[in-house]
Amino acid sequence: MNTLSLWFHKFGSPPTFYRLSRLLCPWLFAAACLIGAVGLYAGLVLAPADYQQSDAYRIIFIHVPCAWMSLFAYIFMAANAFIAVVWRIKISEILAMASAPVGAMFTAVTLLTGAIWGKPMWGTWWTWDARLTSELVLLFLYLGVIGLFSAIEDRRQAARAAGFLALIGIVNVPIVHFSVNWWNTLHQGSTVRLLGPSRIDASMLWPLLLMALATHIWFFASVLARSRSSVLEQESGKEWVREIVQAQGVRRE
Amino acid sequence: MDTPCPGPSPAACWLTIADLHANNALQFASATGKFHAPMHSQATADPVPLLSARALAFSRNEEPIFGPIDFSLHAGEVVLIEGDNGSGKTTLLKVLSGLLLPSSGTIELHGETLTMSRLSQQVALMGHLPGLKADLTALENLEFSIGVFGLRAGNTPLLALASLGLQGYEHVAVRLLSAGQKKRVALARLLLVPAALWLLDEPYANLDKEGIDLVNRLLEAHARRGGAALITSHGAYAFTSGSPRRLPLRPAA
Amino acid sequence: MRYGTLGSACAALIRRDLLLTWRRRGDALNPALFALMVVALFPLALGPEPNQLMQIAAGIVFVAILLASLLALDALFRSDYEDGTLEQIVLSPHPLPVLLACRIGAHWLTTAVPLILVAPLLAEMLHLPRAVLPVLMLALAVATPLLSLLGAVCVALTVGMRRSGMLLALLVLPLYVPVLIFAAGACNAAQAGLPFLAPLLLLGAGLALALVLVPLACAAALRISIS
Repeated sequence: MNTLSLWFHKFGSPPTFYRLSRLLCPWLFAAACLIGAVGLYAGLVLAPADYQQSDAYRIIFIHVPCAWMSLFAYIFMAANAFIAVVWRIKISEILAMASAPVGAMFTAVTLLTGAIWGKPMWGTWWTWDARLTSELVLLFLYLGVIGLFSAIEDRRQAARAAGFLALIGIVNVPIVHFSVNWWNTLHQGSTVRLLGPSRIDASMLWPLLLMALATHIWFFASVLARSRSSVLEQESGKEWVREIVQAQGVRRE
Repeated sequence: MDTPCPGPSPAACWLTIADLHANNALQFASATGKFHAPMHSQATADPVPLLSARALAFSRNEEPIFGPIDFSLHAGEVVLIEGDNGSGKTTLLKVLSGLLLPSSGTIELHGETLTMSRLSQQVALMGHLPGLKADLTALENLEFSIGVFGLRAGNTPLLALASLGLQGYEHVAVRLLSAGQKKRVALARLLLVPAALWLLDEPYANLDKEGIDLVNRLLEAHARRGGAALITSHGAYAFTSGSPRRLPLRPAA
Repeated sequence: MRYGTLGSACAALIRRDLLLTWRRRGDALNPALFALMVVALFPLALGPEPNQLMQIAAGIVFVAILLASLLALDALFRSDYEDGTLEQIVLSPHPLPVLLACRIGAHWLTTAVPLILVAPLLAEMLHLPRAVLPVLMLALAVATPLLSLLGAVCVALTVGMRRSGMLLALLVLPLYVPVLIFAAGACNAAQAGLPFLAPLLLLGAGLALALVLVPLACAAALRISIS
C-alpha cells in the first residue's frame, strides 16, 4: 500500500494531474479518432460480408467494442472507487465519477446497437437473455451511481457514496447474469442463440481489435477531459488554479 | 451581581474559534495551563488529561473548517468554545465525539487514541437535535439511552427527570413536550449515562432563565465529580455571562 | 457505574423499535395494504380468467411484496436521522454493524412479517394453486430478509438527502433483481412440477452472506453519508 499511496500522491496531486491530462487529452482524442476511422473503414468496407448475415453483421464493429467498454469502464470505475473509499484519494474519486457517464453512454450504445442488430437477425428488438438483461442492469447501476453522485451536495462525500454503490454493483452484475441464465433454463421457450461458438475470421478480427483499441483510447481521453474539469471545479479556491486562470486570461488578451 | 454559577464554579475558559483558527497552538495550550494551574491543583496533579487533541484539524471539500488546534481538557474543567455561526463549533464537537473523522491530528481520551471503530464509553454528545423519539415517552427515551450507554451509579431515570424539573412528565410522549422541555430530557440523559466527558452543542438554546441556571448547576456538579465538559455557545450569555471567571483567550497578533 | 453492554444495547434498540411500531400500529399495516391493492389491480387490468391469473400469480405476489418493502425502506433510518437518534446510535461504544443488524432485524419484523402474513390472501386472490403455497411462503421467508438487508445499504447511502424516493428505487431495484428471479422462479418451478429446491438454497446462501456482509457495508455507508 505504501508504494501505491506514494505513487498516487505524486501523480495524483491535482496540479500534476491537471497538467498531465491537459498534455495528453488532445493526443488521445486524435489517436482515438484516427484509429477509429481506420477501424471503421476496415470494418465497413474492407472486411468481407458474412456468409449468413451478409452486411448486417457489420454493426458488431460498433456493438462489440462498446459492450467490452461498458464492462471495462465499470471495472475501471469500481477500482477507482475502491481506492477512493478505502484510502480517500481525491483523484480516484474524480476518476471514478468521471468514468460513470462515459461507461453509461457505452452501455446505452451497446443496448441500442444490439436492438438494431437484433431486429433483422432474430426478428425482435429485445429478448430477455442473460447477456441483455445484465447489460440493462449494468445501465441501471451506472444511472444509480450518477444519480447518487449528483444528489449529494458535498462533492467528495458524494463521490465516496456513489463509489460505494459502484462497489456493491460489481458484486451484483455477475449475480444478475447467473440468475438470468438460470431463469432462462426455466423458461425455455424464449431462448435465442445470440453469439454462438462461431469462430471469427482474421479479416474481420483485425478491424474489430482496432475498434476496441480506439474505444479504449476514447474512453481514457474523455475520462481525462471530464476529470480535468472537475479537478478545476473542486480546486477552484486553490492558488494553482488561480495561476492557470490568470495565465489563460493573459493569453486571450 | 448575581452570577449564574455560585459556589466553587469550574473554570470556564473562553475559547474563541478565532483562536482555534490561529496556528499558535502552543501558545493556547500554555495559556490554558497557566490559567488553570493555580485554580485546579487536581487538574495538574492528574498527568493524563481526560481529553487531549493534538494538531486536530477538519476540512470539508478542501475548505478548512477549523484547526489545526491543540488543547487538553482535564477532569473538573468546563471549557466554553465561542465563535460565530459557521465557525466550526458544531463540527469540532462532532469530530471530538467520533462522529466525523478528523482530516489530521489525533484525539486522545485518557491517553488512548480514539478510533471510529470503537468509540469510548466516556463521551456523551448532546447535539443540536435532541435525539429523542417523538412517539416515546420521556422515560422510554431515557431507558433506551441507558440500554445503549449504561447507567451512572446512584441515579435513576425518575430521579434525573425530577432533578430537571420534569416531574409529572415522565409518561408524556416527547412529541407533546415543548422545545425547552425536550432539551431538559436530553440533559437528563447526560445525567444518566456514565460518561465523564460531556460535549454540549448550544446547551442553552431554547431554555428559559431558570433552565440556563439549571444547566450551569449541572455543569458544576459534573465538574466537581471529576467530569469535564466542552460547551459551545454563539451568544455571550449564559454560563460566562457576567461571571467574573470569564476568560477571553486572545492570541497575540 | 454500569456501562451498557452490547447485549443490553441490542435489546434496547429492538425494544424501542417494537414499541415505536406499536405506538403507530395503524401505519404498520400500510405495506400490507399497499401490496393488497397492487395485487387487486392485476385482475382488473388483465381480466378475471382464473387460468390466466394462476399462471402469473406467484410473480405478481412477489412484485407486489417487493414494491411494498421498497416503500417501507425509507423509514429504516430516516426518522432516526431526522431526530438525532441515529447520531446517538452511531456514537454508542458498541460495534455499529451489530446495532445496525438489530435495527434491520426489527425493521424486517415490523414491515416484512405483516407482508408474509398477508401473502396467502394475495395468492388466493390470484388463484395460485394451494400446493404451491408452502413454496411461496418458504421463498418469502428467505427472500424478505434479503430484501430488507440489501435495501438497508442503499438507504444508508441516501439517508442524508431530503428527497430520496425515486433515487432509492433506482439504487435498490437492480439489487432486488436476482432475489426476485430466484424467489419467483422457485414458485414457478414448483407450479410446473419441476424441482424448486435449488433456487431456494441459492437464496438461503445469499441470505447467509448478506447477514454477515450487509451490516458491515451498512455501517460503512452510514459513516459516508453522515460525514
